[in-house]
Amino acid sequence: MTDTFTPPTRFAVPGRIPVSNRAAALWQTATLTEIRRETPRAATFRFAVPAWAGHLPGQHLMLRLTAGDGYTAQRHYSIASAPDDSGHIELTLDHVAGGEVSGWFHSVARPGDRVEVRGPLSGFFAWPGDRPALLIGAGSGVVPLMSMVRHHRSRGLGTPLRLLVSARTPEDLIYAREYGPETTPVFTRRAPEGVPVGRLSQAHLTPLLTDPPTDGWEAYVCGSNAFAEHASRLLVAAGQPVSRIRIERFG
Amino acid sequence: MNVTRDFTGRPRVHNPGLPPGQYDAGDDWPVLSAEVTPELSPADWTFRVDGLVAEPRTWDWDEAHTLPESAYEGDIHCVTSWSKFGVRFAGVSLDAFLAAVRPDAAATHAVAYSHTGYTTNLPLADLTGGRAWIAWEYDGKPLPAEHGGPARLLVPHLYFWKSAKWIAGLRLLDHDEPGFWEQNGYHARGNPWEEQRYSGD
Ligand SMILES: Cc1cc2nc3c(=O)[nH]c(=O)nc-3n(C[C@H](O)[C@H](O)[C@H](O)COP(=O)(O)OP(=O)(O)OC[C@H]3O[C@@H](n4cnc5c(N)ncnc54)[C@H](O)[C@@H]3O)c2cc1C
Repeated sequence: MTDTFTPPTRFAVPGRIPVSNRAAALWQTATLTEIRRETPRAATFRFAVPAWAGHLPGQHLMLRLTAGDGYTAQRHYSIASAPDDSGHIELTLDHVAGGEVSGWFHSVARPGDRVEVRGPLSGFFAWPGDRPALLIGAGSGVVPLMSMVRHHRSRGLGTPLRLLVSARTPEDLIYAREYGPETTPVFTRRAPEGVPVGRLSQAHLTPLLTDPPTDGWEAYVCGSNAFAEHASRLLVAAGQPVSRIRIERFG
Repeated sequence: MNVTRDFTGRPRVHNPGLPPGQYDAGDDWPVLSAEVTPELSPADWTFRVDGLVAEPRTWDWDEAHTLPESAYEGDIHCVTSWSKFGVRFAGVSLDAFLAAVRPDAAATHAVAYSHTGYTTNLPLADLTGGRAWIAWEYDGKPLPAEHGGPARLLVPHLYFWKSAKWIAGLRLLDHDEPGFWEQNGYHARGNPWEEQRYSGD
């Protein structure tokens, strides 16, 4: 029997980036050092994690809160910061109404608080910066994509990179101040003067996919399941091969 | 124990069916696949069992439906921390497929693979004895595509990433061979009661 086999199918999962299984197994203490408000509903939480093994843009971690009686709540969060932010990581959390973990972060957390994290996890959605990347996100789905944009910027990478980010209104656009010419925001409910209102459509993708970089795009889609379904279908319809679409669904 | 300041969590209702670290997702059924949902019609669906077996075999939709129907009613647990109680699936027990191909005595593990190219590994013992199904109905209706329809593997006593969506086949092996998430740091077996989430747990 050979070590690996390729299923005889036309939908192929893209190649993976190996991740450290040792890092994924260990819980580490993360100390909150700073809270930055991004939008009325989202804030960025900066942590010192001195033994953090590093990550690739796009990876996520598992975060755990523990109550006095030993009860724990754990959730996945994408890492917002670039890998070069050594010893520190940033997460950006939406405040989910009635949410157990995001509720604690938005109502209770303050610098000095300690939580536990393990990771980084999953090399599947990661982008090391090597291939042209077409990033499509909605809401907090832009978080892992922002790690890629920041990495691209801080390393001065020449690899083509485009970000399409969907938000309900300009006030809901996470990281609004940080976007450059690589980014096209899409507003679904209300837009600034002169910008059309409406959801992500074929019209946004056609120019990018009819004139792709040599060797084509590696597409990364992130957001709610409904958004991921919508955006990935548009990509397929526009000619992007299914084997080069990676999806992170926040549930 | 690292208690989080002023974190109490939701009021706990003791639920003996909830494995450690899990919460009850209620009516929600989150979708957590990494690939594009395939447009796979029942007419295009096939299921193959090969590897260490006496008679490798491929079933199409109609052939698979001639096997005796078998249902599962119970709970499912996702590694992302949600559990879902009292769900109903219908399909065919994997025992019926395995009986037809006659596994070799040397077969100890299987790799399940999907029509999208996703793979996951399982000990053969977790797939036999009425503990695993090929499921095509959920709650009395065809299994929705985003949840693996037309048919998925169902191994409800393990974390749900083992229940490969859009199941295309099983290859029986005499050794364990990590699949897609397992190569990405997830546990080889994934027993929710022992919190086998990541490699090293
Ligand atoms: C790979 C991955 C990466 C992610 N990255 C991010 C990220 O970067 N940023 C981000 O903001 N999110 C991210 N998420 C989502 C995140 O993991 C959480 O799901 C989210 O923060 C909500 O958690 P919570 O504990 O606040 O809410 P939960 O307590 O899980 O509640 C969610 C909803 O369910 C309801 N609910 C659930 N259980 C109960 C109950 N028992 N009683 C009452 N109501 C209930 C709540 O009212 C709420 O509406 C990611 C998810 C995944 C899978």
